[in-house]
Amino acid sequence: MSEKEPILKVRNLSVEFSLPGGGLFGAKKILKAVQNVSFDLHEGETLGIVGESGSGKSTLSRAITRLVQASGGESVWLGQDIQKMNSKQLLALRKDIQMVFQDPLASLNPRMTAGAIIAEPLLTHAPGIGKAERTARVAEMMEKVGLVPSMINRYPHEFSGGQCQRIGIARALITRPKLVVCDEAVSALDVSIRAQVINLLMDLQKELGISMLFISHDIAVVRHIAQRVLVMYLGEVVELGDAEQIVSNPQHDYTKKLIAAVPVPDPKVEMQRREVRRRMRREASAAA
Amino acid sequence: MTLLDVKNLKVDFITQDGIVHAVKDLSYTLEKGKTLAIVGESGSGKTQGAFSILGLLPKNGRASGSVKFDGKEILNLPRKQMNAYRAQRIGIIFQDPMTSLNPYLRISRQMTEVLELHKGMSHSAAVAESVRLLDAVRITDAKSRIHMYPHEFSGGMRQRVMIAMALLCQPELLIADEPTTALDVTVQAGIIDLLVDLQEDFGTAIVLITHDLGIVAGTCEDTLVMFDGRVMEYGKTEDIFDRPQHPYTQGLLAALPRLDKQVDRLSTVSYDFMTGAREA
Repeated sequence: MSEKEPILKVRNLSVEFSLPGGGLFGAKKILKAVQNVSFDLHEGETLGIVGESGSGKSTLSRAITRLVQASGGESVWLGQDIQKMNSKQLLALRKDIQMVFQDPLASLNPRMTAGAIIAEPLLTHAPGIGKAERTARVAEMMEKVGLVPSMINRYPHEFSGGQCQRIGIARALITRPKLVVCDEAVSALDVSIRAQVINLLMDLQKELGISMLFISHDIAVVRHIAQRVLVMYLGEVVELGDAEQIVSNPQHDYTKKLIAAVPVPDPKVEMQRREVRRRMRREASAAA
Repeated sequence: MTLLDVKNLKVDFITQDGIVHAVKDLSYTLEKGKTLAIVGESGSGKTQGAFSILGLLPKNGRASGSVKFDGKEILNLPRKQMNAYRAQRIGIIFQDPMTSLNPYLRISRQMTEVLELHKGMSHSAAVAESVRLLDAVRITDAKSRIHMYPHEFSGGMRQRVMIAMALLCQPELLIADEPTTALDVTVQAGIIDLLVDLQEDFGTAIVLITHDLGIVAGTCEDTLVMFDGRVMEYGKTEDIFDRPQHPYTQGLLAALPRLDKQVDRLSTVSYDFMTGAREA
């Protein structure tokens, strides 16, 4: 797999936001949200991006696809730098790269039916196809994500949280993208629903051969779904490598702290882990 | 000695679409100084079951059954009598520390108010006691930080302040409703470990309400699993994790992606038991 050219190459990507300074005429402050991030993504691969709130993981994903403007670096999609694309090329790109968002209800228009929501990307990216075929493709996609096609005329509020997320996934997949970016796509879901949606994403990926960027604060979920993991901290990549290796043998201090903090549902194991955390805290306060 | 004895608790909400039974039948007991976790997914009734103990239901909520605290019935007490229990004998921590602290008041004012009102302390004694508790929840430099406003604290620090406030009057029982759900994993671990330490140091009994089976393990002695307003399983935490008896608990545990074990595919929760439960 590594011999093949990656479908996405990110090199030294940075994003800066300028914040208003103190007072009326205060100098603007620069917030470096993402700094010098580089990685490759191969066809059919899932790369997990882990980090806590404010680490820049969502901003990174948005900068890659130019939903926010990068301040430097490049993201090369199939040999072409996204940061330098014109609007026509960008439109074509949006067909290839789709997103699934965190809040399933907030990311669906409450005034549109499930069918209209799922069909909308087709109107933009495949305006040539007729109504009958569009409806057929929506029904097929609904079935694929585990929704009954007879629900096509229902509104988002009539669905549960897990079903709404399935609608979001169907909308992302209807254009047959090559890459799907999942930004905390399962974080708002209950445990039982979350397992179903994770399984669905993994099944669909296998079936359709898509690549995935899977962004989450939960390293246990990321480890389950991704082959490789990128750990972000304060806008920078602190670790990038094989998921198994990062979990069993973390190198960076932040990754160690993160892995020690994840609760394990086993009372005996968790007692030991608490002792490890106490020792880490004592060492940290002794060093400070 | 039994501190809290909940029997056949029911909570109903009167809504435009009819009566919603949030809690259908909830019973448990908590000994002095012990810890109990109430675990459930959204809509299981775990939070409303705990709020009704302190009379914190919204106006359209009705609670029935029995809640005995230290041998006395406290369910649906008139407000004046309930106030004698609130803060003084039963403390509570909520999920979102930003909305439960007053943004306009300094931390010092919010903390000393409790002591001056409930304990009749002088202002300077109340400040000293508040600083002592902020120290106990590991807020560094508490002496100067106590005069700051909530927005000057991070999310994890605000939750520590909430815990310190709940412990001000040294309550016998602390109800913690999803105390770490809004926090990052590394901050969450710090708060949960802190609760365990405080429980050991102060001997406070704790009811920890959470959706996360992970934080329950190694934290609480007993665990109660709720679904659809009813108790699915209730017992020693170790037994529930080692040998879950109820299909729902088994399903929940198997559906968790975990760091210590890698599986190819997550199991999903089967709700087959529901039909059986309804027929029975």
